[in-house]
Amino acid sequence: MAKSNKPIFWGLFAAGGTVTAFITPALALITLFAAMRFSPDMFTYGAIHAFAAHWLGKLVIFGVILLSLWHAAHRTRVTVHDFGVRADGLVAIVVYSLAGLGTLLTLYYLLYI
Amino acid sequence: MNKPYVRSLSKTGWFLTQPRYKRYMAREVTCLFIFAYTFLLIWGLKRLAEGPDAFQGFLNALHSPLGVLFNLAVLIAAVYHSTSWFNVTPQAMPIMRGEEFVPGNIIVGAHYAVWAVVSLIVLILGV
Repeated sequence: MAKSNKPIFWGLFAAGGTVTAFITPALALITLFAAMRFSPDMFTYGAIHAFAAHWLGKLVIFGVILLSLWHAAHRTRVTVHDFGVRADGLVAIVVYSLAGLGTLLTLYYLLYI
Repeated sequence: MNKPYVRSLSKTGWFLTQPRYKRYMAREVTCLFIFAYTFLLIWGLKRLAEGPDAFQGFLNALHSPLGVLFNLAVLIAAVYHSTSWFNVTPQAMPIMRGEEFVPGNIIVGAHYAVWAVVSLIVLILGV
């Protein structure tokens, strides 16, 4: 039987969808609170830095960003097609390059913290 | 000669013809907000890595009408993305127990329950 690498990518895509569905609303609520200056005690540098400095925190941040980034990138490619743009090759290069860049930057900043 | 096939649907506006196509596209568009939001998180991570002053600068930039509006839009898009997925899970991934399918409302309810617990954990960690 011919081997295919599709199951791996579909698995990652599904994982990204799951992460996005379960976690992103709560994350967006937190950053909305931060944007509104809901409370001065929340979203402090000390607390967030401590979370991101721990290896487990780094792993969680990297996992969430990686999965939602590539999931959103692939869906953006499909969405652009659905809006009638027939330049899939170019669109794919743009969205996956953005996702790749985002992944590298996330790794760099996490190692820097 | 046969009449040539004339495509009656517009390539760009096809989804406006039916409510369920509109709902499909509304769900599709949520990914643009989530894509942009992920880059907001990466930007925040950059400012966090640069130190307390840089991170405070990030928070100050976030504390603007545009920052509030963007986060509100992302929140609405994310909730729409989540609920529109949870509501179709019985069709998307039906579960069999023995000879019977597990009732749809149990599958949907389980997703909402897990969502509530996960959101609570994220909120407790983040706030």
